[in-house]
Amino acid sequence: MLKDKLMRSFFVSLWFAVLTFPIMVVRVNTIEDTVTWRWGNLIMVLFGSFVLSFLWSIALERKSTGSKKQTIVSKTFNNLRATVSDNRNIKLALVAIILLFVVIFPFITSFYQMSIMNTALMYVMLGLGLNIVIGLGGILHLGYIAFFLVGSYSYALLNIHFGLNFWLALPIGGFLALILGILIAVPVLRLRGDYLAIVTLAFGEITRIVVENWSSLTGGPSGIRSIPRPAIPGLDLNLTDTAKLVYFIMIVLAALTIFITIRLKDSRIGRALIAMREDEIACQSMGINTTRMKVIAFALGSVFAGVAGVVFAANTTFINPASFTIWESVMVLLIVVLGGMGSIPGVVVAALVIKLLPEYLRAFSQYRMLVFGAVLIIMMIFKPDGLLPEKRKHYSFTDDDKAEMKAEGK
Amino acid sequence: MAVLEVNDLTMDFGGLRAVDRVNLEVNDGEIVALIGPNGAGKTTFFNCVTGVYKPTGGQVKIAPPNGSPEEIQGVQPHKITHKGLARTFQNIRLFQNMTVLENVMIGRHSRLHSGIGGAIFRGKKTREEEKQLIFDSYQILKKIGLEKWVNEQAKNLPYGEQRRLEIARALATDPFLLLLDEPAAGMNPHETTSLVDLILKLREEEGVSVLLIEHDMSLVMILSERIYVMDYGKRIAAGTPAQVKKDPVVIKAYLGEDIDA
Repeated sequence: MLKDKLMRSFFVSLWFAVLTFPIMVVRVNTIEDTVTWRWGNLIMVLFGSFVLSFLWSIALERKSTGSKKQTIVSKTFNNLRATVSDNRNIKLALVAIILLFVVIFPFITSFYQMSIMNTALMYVMLGLGLNIVIGLGGILHLGYIAFFLVGSYSYALLNIHFGLNFWLALPIGGFLALILGILIAVPVLRLRGDYLAIVTLAFGEITRIVVENWSSLTGGPSGIRSIPRPAIPGLDLNLTDTAKLVYFIMIVLAALTIFITIRLKDSRIGRALIAMREDEIACQSMGINTTRMKVIAFALGSVFAGVAGVVFAANTTFINPASFTIWESVMVLLIVVLGGMGSIPGVVVAALVIKLLPEYLRAFSQYRMLVFGAVLIIMMIFKPDGLLPEKRKHYSFTDDDKAEMKAEGK
Repeated sequence: MAVLEVNDLTMDFGGLRAVDRVNLEVNDGEIVALIGPNGAGKTTFFNCVTGVYKPTGGQVKIAPPNGSPEEIQGVQPHKITHKGLARTFQNIRLFQNMTVLENVMIGRHSRLHSGIGGAIFRGKKTREEEKQLIFDSYQILKKIGLEKWVNEQAKNLPYGEQRRLEIARALATDPFLLLLDEPAAGMNPHETTSLVDLILKLREEEGVSVLLIEHDMSLVMILSERIYVMDYGKRIAAGTPAQVKKDPVVIKAYLGEDIDA
């Protein structure tokens, strides 16, 4: 067994060495007409690919032979998660610590830290919004960022033309995104699976391209500049104070989003959405109007993106279509998948990780995408359910018909 | 009195006529079986009745015991379920990643009303509805005998239990007619026996009528009061189990023609 694996790894490394030979070993200097042979690189490629391939095969075997055999890390993690969710006191303490941290965070960190946190919180909101559409409803939506764009542009334009202030724009941005969500839901309803994904993808791109080309209204590719930051009337705020203000606005909005999605998850509508994700035909046959559910999922998801978009515009003070490319939609999708479809804590953690980690790893910025890709592949192979997989609510019953039954969230 | 009356139901897929002018009737409190060789069009027939397909011709009339009669061909599936027809599927279609209780709770969906507002604000009405829902769903599980699995994910259930859960889920929609598509497929004899008991008990206690598709002849013969036989989309025979068993057309459809005769 071990011998097989070693042999295999050996051949893999040999093959890899042959493949990379021209780029890693041979260097032709065209000016001096000389060829440098870098044999040291060959040894490194051989050795490196051998070790990696060997580790990889061991990891794959571990995965296939048994999920029962847990590693110490995953075991302690699961135990920890169980203790936290079982024990009310610990849960409360944890929430209190997080709350405390959240409140003092802007007062103990720099302006830079705060502004990246603000962006991350926007993505928490976007992730949770898309989580309703994809995680609960199972509608593969690849044009989600279009609603974010609608929110941003509605604030920017309404402010420029009508002098609308930030606070009024918040609900209006959400509302406009909602309307667009319902409009786009109508043609999308007839499709499912891959076709639906393509249509939403196209929709996201169309929205961006329209904005890019409608220069008379939107300023075209050069975008809209000097959008006012959020302000409190009567108070003179400097740049750092505004960042703090945005931070608290985002915290409140993110908390609101979390609250709404948690409530939704175990409600009649939320369950219907999950059922639709699990099996659309069975869902219809159980008396659920899937058309209606799709509209609800789309509309709800869009509102969060729209509101987040308003804050985004106000925070950066400058928006242009380049901020709303397909790549951003993919990022949000990534957050949902990485966190675990339908899992609220998972999505929150994933959003923070995906937006914050690259900022702290600036030193390795040239390898960022490489690491990103590798992490994703490894995640999908070894932990396809995401960082913190969704857990369904458990109910406990006292086995007497007359006795009060008791429902507990777990 | 017939709770379900199907007249000349026809379903064409392009040039293929999968169901050809089939007539069928289910009376109140009756257990009726629909049998036939593979590919006879039984499941297509079910899909037409439950709204998954829009039939190309014919009528489907229902007369709920406590409601007014109406025609339901071409109506959307969720509306048909709301009117009191519930079905199970030939290949199990449970909501795999939801718990057993939640699967049943989904079944109650069409009988409840709380919406988005209710979900977010969780007012008194919603809380009470939710409480009642959990209670009702648990009672249904108890009736079917699945209460020990209550918090288990549906996909982790043994095969026979998954089939029973499908019935529990269908029952949760408060139907007057249950349409079971091969409920005993893949079950062992022991599981089949308990399924027979379950179906009889449901008719007794819930007053539901049952229309079932089945290949297990012993089950069909024990359970059903009347049998319809389909072959190549056409109804080729109908009658009591004893009549159908002796019908030469049926024997021919199942065993093929005797060359020497």
